[in-house]
Amino acid sequence: MEHDIKALEQGVLELIRRTATDLPKDVEDALKAARNREKIASPAFGALSTILENVAMARKRSTPICQDTGTNVYHIWYGPNWWPPHIEAAIRKATKTASKKGYLRLNVVDSISGSNTGNNLGLRNPQIHFHPWNKKSLQIKLLLKGGGSENVSTQYSLPNATLGAGRDLDGIRRSVLDAVLKAQGKGCAPGVIGIGIGGDRGSSYDEAKMQLLRPLGDRSTLPQLAKLEETLYQELNSLGIGPMGFGGKTTVLGVLAGYAHRIPACFFVSVAYNCWASRRRTLLFSNERVTSIA
Amino acid sequence: MKNIQLPVDEATIRSLQAGDEVRISGIMVTGRDAAHKYMSNHKPAWLKKLLAGSLIYHCGPVLLKEHGKWRITAAGPTTSIREEPYQGEVIKKFGLRGVIGKGGMGAKTLAALHEHGAVYFHAVGGAATLIAQCIEEVIDVHMLDEFGAPEAFWVIRVKDFPAVVTMDTHGTSLHDAVQARSTKKSEPLFRKVVL
Repeated sequence: MEHDIKALEQGVLELIRRTATDLPKDVEDALKAARNREKIASPAFGALSTILENVAMARKRSTPICQDTGTNVYHIWYGPNWWPPHIEAAIRKATKTASKKGYLRLNVVDSISGSNTGNNLGLRNPQIHFHPWNKKSLQIKLLLKGGGSENVSTQYSLPNATLGAGRDLDGIRRSVLDAVLKAQGKGCAPGVIGIGIGGDRGSSYDEAKMQLLRPLGDRSTLPQLAKLEETLYQELNSLGIGPMGFGGKTTVLGVLAGYAHRIPACFFVSVAYNCWASRRRTLLFSNERVTSIA
Repeated sequence: MKNIQLPVDEATIRSLQAGDEVRISGIMVTGRDAAHKYMSNHKPAWLKKLLAGSLIYHCGPVLLKEHGKWRITAAGPTTSIREEPYQGEVIKKFGLRGVIGKGGMGAKTLAALHEHGAVYFHAVGGAATLIAQCIEEVIDVHMLDEFGAPEAFWVIRVKDFPAVVTMDTHGTSLHDAVQARSTKKSEPLFRKVVL
């Protein structure tokens, strides 16, 4: 049970820095491909050029890609050799340091008094989910989920008569179409769409948001969901909402779906909209040192 | 590409069209939720002097204090629609020539832009580091203790701040146009059963 908690804390600090300042390559490549599809000198081309310039600059200067460093969502896989409160303590310390160093904006506010806690620590913040697994190594995934895109994320309870959406795959498709249409550019398009099917309201949202940890072009191993992902990717990009909602060819960078079982009375579809600044990184820790941050 | 130098006159602003790309230079002030609530209830002379002929930027920056001086390291726009209840009145009261934000604003603001000669500039959401590089100087800050750093009025001098006019003085909103067009394109997708 004796672990080098100081080394873990340093590792998490570097995980936060990388996540906030260094956009994953698949996301950057998707943005480059999107820019190349737009007409030169159009507002869409200009917006994507600015985005790409910003991404390169943030990486070089080690400053946040976006000033909204978001809700810090951690998913942690730990083995029987770890005691979760030790991991949580390391995350909380690293969060404090990252706030001082400017990797994270002072972003956590007391919902009752309105005061900023000044160190990004608070009730349920950072948000930490623990998953036991039977390995000795520790895996920590971090998602920095911005607020503009969180505000356009939404949930449907099917059936929905207005959308003609029944409790089936086509009903799910219609729900997601509606969510992206309503979001327009407000979630900082082109976005990444995480879909959570089933569960109760809470687990449905959780499932949707967990999809945002997957690589962009990833397809579900379940053929029906893979087809849903691919169909929606094509349809959403035919809407013409475009980067920032300026109009254009790319409205979403990826569509990723997952599901949970449900009870007969409920059929929820949750849509987790993530902005183009899709900030996710994975840290592996074993033999008392960080083995990778990818 | 059009260059806008602050302070700017009404005629220049009225010549802008939705869809125009611009680069903005000069002195402007940041302000978001707490600031707009404050501006709707108060009209201090110091603020009027700063805002007349200039812009308010919907932004909550990330800052560092080095050797007693503030430096902004990340300063992308925040969602503007939250200020919709206040914006039109604030434009009129302080003589603003426009606002910078993201996501666009509603009918009340669009009407105020037309009436008072102001435009809505859309910055690129999330382009926080790049926009911070356009900030040459943090000149002053107001209401820092009262509102906290992200919500305070930061007086900044910018150079070549990139933005797109998405709501102009002629009653045109690019947001409304894209919304209408995308809704129309979605109609066939709702008519058929695909899966």
